Amino acid sequence: MSVARAERLVNLVLCLLSTRQYLPAERIRAIVAGYTDAPTDEAFYRMFERDKNELRDLGIPLEFGRTRAVDAEDGYRIARRDYELGDIDLEPDEAAAVALAVRLWDSPELTGAAAGALLKLRAAGVDVDQGVPAVVEPKVRTTEPAFAPLLAAVQAGRAVRFDYRRPSPAELRTRTLEPWGVVSWRGRWYVVGHDRDRDAPRCFRLSRIVGEVTAFGPTGVVARPPEVDLLEFVSASTGEPPDTTTARLWVARQRAAGLRRRARVVGERTLDDVPGDVIELDLFHPDSAASWIAGYGEDAVVLEPEVLRKSVQERLLAAVGGVEARR
Amino acid sequence: MSSSQERLPRLLALVPYLIARPGIRIDEAAADFGVTARQLRKDLELLWMCGLPGYGPGDLIDLSFEGDTITVTFDAGMSRPLRLTGAEATALLVALRTLLDAPGVADADAVRRAVAKIEAAAGQAQPAGVAVALGVREGARTARSRQVVQAALTAGRALRMTYYTASRDQVAERTVDPMRMLIVEGRSYLEAWCRRAEAVRLFRLDRIDEVTELDEPAVPPPYAERTDTTAGLFRERPDHEVAQLVLEPDARWVSEYYPVERLTELDGGRLRIRMRYADQSWMVRLLLGLGGDVTVEEPAVLAESLRERARRALARAGQLTVAP
Repeated sequence: MSVARAERLVNLVLCLLSTRQYLPAERIRAIVAGYTDAPTDEAFYRMFERDKNELRDLGIPLEFGRTRAVDAEDGYRIARRDYELGDIDLEPDEAAAVALAVRLWDSPELTGAAAGALLKLRAAGVDVDQGVPAVVEPKVRTTEPAFAPLLAAVQAGRAVRFDYRRPSPAELRTRTLEPWGVVSWRGRWYVVGHDRDRDAPRCFRLSRIVGEVTAFGPTGVVARPPEVDLLEFVSASTGEPPDTTTARLWVARQRAAGLRRRARVVGERTLDDVPGDVIELDLFHPDSAASWIAGYGEDAVVLEPEVLRKSVQERLLAAVGGVEARR
Repeated sequence: MSSSQERLPRLLALVPYLIARPGIRIDEAAADFGVTARQLRKDLELLWMCGLPGYGPGDLIDLSFEGDTITVTFDAGMSRPLRLTGAEATALLVALRTLLDAPGVADADAVRRAVAKIEAAAGQAQPAGVAVALGVREGARTARSRQVVQAALTAGRALRMTYYTASRDQVAERTVDPMRMLIVEGRSYLEAWCRRAEAVRLFRLDRIDEVTELDEPAVPPPYAERTDTTAGLFRERPDHEVAQLVLEPDARWVSEYYPVERLTELDGGRLRIRMRYADQSWMVRLLLGLGGDVTVEEPAVLAESLRERARRALARAGQLTVAP
């Protein structure tokens, strides 16, 4: 932005903030420093149009109307009560929380917006010290390319279209969604909205979106229904059933440390001439537990339950056969 | 955002900022705005030229410079900052609420008070469209470890701990000098100087089996640098092995869970990837668990070791029916 343009915009804001009357464009041209340079009417209106957009993009509430019904023309002003940030005063511990919150994002979109908010809080007289190290620093990253266009579509209230790959059963399909929000749940990003093809609410994982996200149609038509809690929707859709079972395993002596640290040793046993221990293990997700145990190969053998023994065996058989069959 | 796009918001914030802090040093203000003192002086010079229509001496923004300090003597009606935009309110308030959900991060009461005050000041700019929950799952043992680690960080003491290293499937004693705690992608970590490895390491709290604060100060060497987490926690090293794998649809989660290079989409929803690993025994453990949902294309030694280990495991499990 040129010095002249920055200066003109500041002058425009000061002028429109100070007036109670709506000022017609021609009046603005005559009194605000910077517009008198415009050589033609057309040049002025182009310049003024750009400037208005710039102010609106910054969130400046530009009002358009007429002061009295008898006025010949509509004009512009900025209502001070809508422009100004309300009074705010933070205690040191509250300011420390804000400092930590601003550092949460590892995301171009959200880092910039949080920094903008911090700037305004400081301008309101709040002292926020960013130099104080925190004991724990949470970080939320947005690396998925789909994040920025989806957030923009949510904020604009527009529908989107994207290709989505569902892993199992495998399927790559174009989805049309009215997006209500983007949600980070346990370090993964999802978009929640109304799926137009299925005519039902759905959530999609951002990392499974293939290619571009295209926003289409008018803005301001999509809004989250007030009864929908985005976080609840995602956590309910991705939650695993809490189904606990206790398994008994034989593990070779001094081996399978990862299993042992989660288990209780309940006896000793020699298997295949190898000394070992019998352990008991509480399992929450039987399926992932089978993978976990199979990973230990001959160092861990399931004694019971039978269903777990079988699923470990299936994985091992596939690892023997699978590699050979495809060579 | 380019520097020019940041300039107007800064110019609009600068006058109210200075009004709230009469006589502030220019370098201090520059630091708060994240710009150089030179840039801040340029901004002030520009604002000095701005004012109300008429632009006479009593209409222009007036600043008084005294040494390296600055005071606003006339604000031309710009006494308060611009309200928060929806995007700004979202970024800040969602971040604050996220802190509530992370164990031991911030004083929950202070966070709630800050949220209430910012909401009140922000007025109609309410957060929308983004929701975050770290969803840190913390068992009782991890919660105890966290308390010990936090106390040591606050007191500046070293720690002795029993730590499970998943890559080698080993539990070992380590003495570390704590630096900070992090929560990344829903997991809590301790970043510390490990005296045994003589390097900065990130330790997952849920892999600390036992931990005790020592009666000696934490002294990470001055060259111990914090890990940059912006690109994730996995660091590629030249000594890493590289495997080329084909994932069946049921194993595609591997490409989302671990940092991998996606090579080709194959028919039937299969995916060919390249994946780096530091330790072959770790890789074999992962692949064995995936059973038939993964095919090892390279290296041959990995495929062979996987097959051999699966064969021995089956043979041993077969002994169950034989042995008493």
